[in-house]
Amino acid sequence: MDLLTPDLGLFVWTSIAFLLVFFILRAFAWKPILKSLTERETGIADAIASADRLKKEMSQMQAENEKIMAEARAERAAMLKEAKETRDSIINKAKEETKVVADKMIAEAQQQIQQQKMAALTEVKNEMGQLAVAVAEKVLRQQLATAESQNSYAKLLAEEIKMN
Amino acid sequence: MGSRRLLSLLVLVFVLAVAPLCSFAQQEENHENAPNSEAVEGNGEKKKLDVSSEVFSHVGDAHSWHIFSMGEKHVTVPLPVILYSPEKGLSVFSSANFGHFEEEKRDGKTYGITESYNGYHIERGIKEKVIADDGSKVYDFSITKNVLCMLLAVAILLLLMTSVGKKYKKNAVMTAPTGFQNALEPVITFIRDEVAKPNLGNRYMRYMPMLLTVFFFIWINNLLGLLPFGFNFTGNIAVTLCLSIVSFIVMVVSANKHFWGHLLNPPGVPFGIKLLLVPIEIISLFIKPVALTIRLFANMLAGHIVILSVIFMIFIFGNMSPVAGWGFSIVSVAFAIFMFLLELLVAAIQAFIFANLTAVFIGQAIEEPHHDHGHHHHGEAVNDTTGQGYHVSANEIIA
Repeated sequence: MDLLTPDLGLFVWTSIAFLLVFFILRAFAWKPILKSLTERETGIADAIASADRLKKEMSQMQAENEKIMAEARAERAAMLKEAKETRDSIINKAKEETKVVADKMIAEAQQQIQQQKMAALTEVKNEMGQLAVAVAEKVLRQQLATAESQNSYAKLLAEEIKMN
Repeated sequence: MGSRRLLSLLVLVFVLAVAPLCSFAQQEENHENAPNSEAVEGNGEKKKLDVSSEVFSHVGDAHSWHIFSMGEKHVTVPLPVILYSPEKGLSVFSSANFGHFEEEKRDGKTYGITESYNGYHIERGIKEKVIADDGSKVYDFSITKNVLCMLLAVAILLLLMTSVGKKYKKNAVMTAPTGFQNALEPVITFIRDEVAKPNLGNRYMRYMPMLLTVFFFIWINNLLGLLPFGFNFTGNIAVTLCLSIVSFIVMVVSANKHFWGHLLNPPGVPFGIKLLLVPIEIISLFIKPVALTIRLFANMLAGHIVILSVIFMIFIFGNMSPVAGWGFSIVSVAFAIFMFLLELLVAAIQAFIFANLTAVFIGQAIEEPHHDHGHHHHGEAVNDTTGQGYHVSANEIIA
């Protein structure tokens, strides 16, 4: 039972020393240590939070960039398509116009050829008719004179023809 | 490198375990030469070993610091004896004045009695007591072996902690810790995150200095008790009583109305049961510090007694025959090393348990009511609850 009875002296010394240690350490050790620890932890937490925020912002920006890129790509494709269509349509239109003009020219040329052919034929016909008329006139004139004159004329004509 | 360290650790532990042997061995010889020793029967006969008194004299407190003995030469550091008697007043003198203990049998028990000095002498049964020669009342405030141990621990604590604290003040907050900071910081954050926060909620910062001081004070003293200088500070009930009274006072002072209300007038309980319940609650309030006291005291004392007993087995066997003594010393030292390592662990665990239970008790005392009916109980206890989590400012560290 002796061991279980506390000694007054040791009790008093322990109380004094413990309280002294407590007050000294509270002022010169625990307060600065705990304060720095909390501040450091807050700092680290803040740093991590801001890093996360930056990361999020970065990914957001990246997403935006990609969106813009995709839009630009789509726009380019659209422009290219439009240009191609325009080109094709211009070519087609030109082709059509050319064809129309060519057809028209061909038609005109054929018409002209036809006309000139007809004119030439008419002229030939007229010429031949005139020749025949002239021959017939001349023959008839000779017939209207004497037989002799007619003969001589015939002879003359023959001569003329021979000479020609 | 690793194996070398392990080796040097083993050597250290061996030395620590073996060092007390010299002193025990020499004391045995002293007993042999003691004039009033009744057990001396012949020239060659050895005195019967009184293991229990030897063990208790080593775990108990002493007025001088006996380190070891070589033959007849005792290496003892005399310590100041401070006595107060209502009749004679204060007297301060060195413990060397008392001289050596002489054995004396009384009521079937063996006591060690010193010479008388200044009208006082020391009587050693299981414990040392200063007794006035005329039998008057004496208050003993001597710097005993355990007080010396405590002063050593206080010096170590103050030097280490204030130097680390200075580092924190000097360095910018976001600089990495260096040197001893690295060792201390995990312990402090452990106390904060595993002891204070879970038990005390968002008001933990108030109690952190108290918990840290209790933890380190007990731990350092536990570790000093493991050195082979015969310290057993935390295995002394006066010490653990003092520490648990401090915890108890902090608990009672910080207890809120909700706590007292539930203790003295439990709501929703019939009157008849209240008569039964309130005394039990009051007893349970006082059992808390008693449990703290006994737990630390018994754990540390038991550890010391077991280590000493294991060492003393060498001498018990040695008393039978020297060969048995030498033979058993190997087993004994191996077992003592094991116990020493275990005690190294227990030193930290008991300090942690004491701090943790203190936090649990304070947590119970400052617990806020959970139900709506308790709103009118709040009072000033809530008003000084300001920050939570990281936002507790350093100004709040009060208790």
